[in-house]
Amino acid sequence: MVMLSILTYPDSRLHRVAEPVSLFDEELRHFVDDLTETMSAGPGGVGIAAPQVDRLQRIVLVDVRPKLGDDCHGLMVLINPELVAWEGMAVGREGCMSVPDFTGNVIRAERIQVQAQDAQGRERSYECEGFEARAIQHEIDHLDGFLFLDRLVSRKTDLFRRKHYRK
Amino acid sequence: MSQALLTVIGEDRPGIVAAVTQALYTANCSIGDASMMRLGGYFTIMQIIEYPYDLGSVEMALDPAIKHLNLRVHLDPISSVAPVADLPNTRVTVYGADHPGIVASVTGALASIGFNVIDLESESSGSAERPLYVMVIQGHAPEGVESVRKTLAPLRETEDIEIGVHPIEAAVF
Repeated sequence: MVMLSILTYPDSRLHRVAEPVSLFDEELRHFVDDLTETMSAGPGGVGIAAPQVDRLQRIVLVDVRPKLGDDCHGLMVLINPELVAWEGMAVGREGCMSVPDFTGNVIRAERIQVQAQDAQGRERSYECEGFEARAIQHEIDHLDGFLFLDRLVSRKTDLFRRKHYRK
Repeated sequence: MSQALLTVIGEDRPGIVAAVTQALYTANCSIGDASMMRLGGYFTIMQIIEYPYDLGSVEMALDPAIKHLNLRVHLDPISSVAPVADLPNTRVTVYGADHPGIVASVTGALASIGFNVIDLESESSGSAERPLYVMVIQGHAPEGVESVRKTLAPLRETEDIEIGVHPIEAAVF
């Protein structure tokens, strides 16, 4: 396996929109293996998206076991992922391998359902919540050229969603 | 480059930030950490600046903006910015019917466990008959979030306020 190098902001390639995967071949599976190793070696080690290693395809890996142990789905290979349902909102502080030395508060859905294909092209569906749901949303953003910097909210926002009710 | 802490206060109106930062830019200053916000009817700026020559030339550059926008400006030279030691690990949210002593009692309890306040924002709102006070504190609790919960718990009753204590964890993806 090969360690892939991570693009870091302000590299403009991080803002491109990734293309769907149509060919589920050996090369793809090799790439997923390399991407898995690259993710595990990273500072967070719980998620990665193909555009972060300069491959412009809709491929996301999430494995939050380093954070949550076995109380999660383990390694999810999410190819052409789509959020099909979401509910709840939570503010959480996020950092990113592609944005070193910076973290910020971001609002994400608390519970999501995601549909995707695995490395063999089989349809998969996962229901996730909390940290795992946040990781998936963060990684899918990379496929659309978004970084968490694009979703920063003010520190106040979690509490001050609406201001005054003057009558 | 030398450093100073710049404080600006003026009646709130559009253009204060633009005028101040433009003046700093033309004086070859650069801006570091900054807090700029409206407090009551006033707009306030506190920021670290780096300046190349002397503070007199910074003041001179700011002078037109000060006169035009009727600002009060203060410049404190600082030897250097202390390295950031503690990152916030705890967020405390407090709200309740406004009455004197909320901030003093909450921060007093926090100080007793060595909690370092890094950021405090508060707002008085609600109606005149039913004033509401809301405060969000971020800081570093050397003994962790549980110690903060414990020290603040009695204040729920004595001060009749709601208190939330939340860990701040940055998830790196």
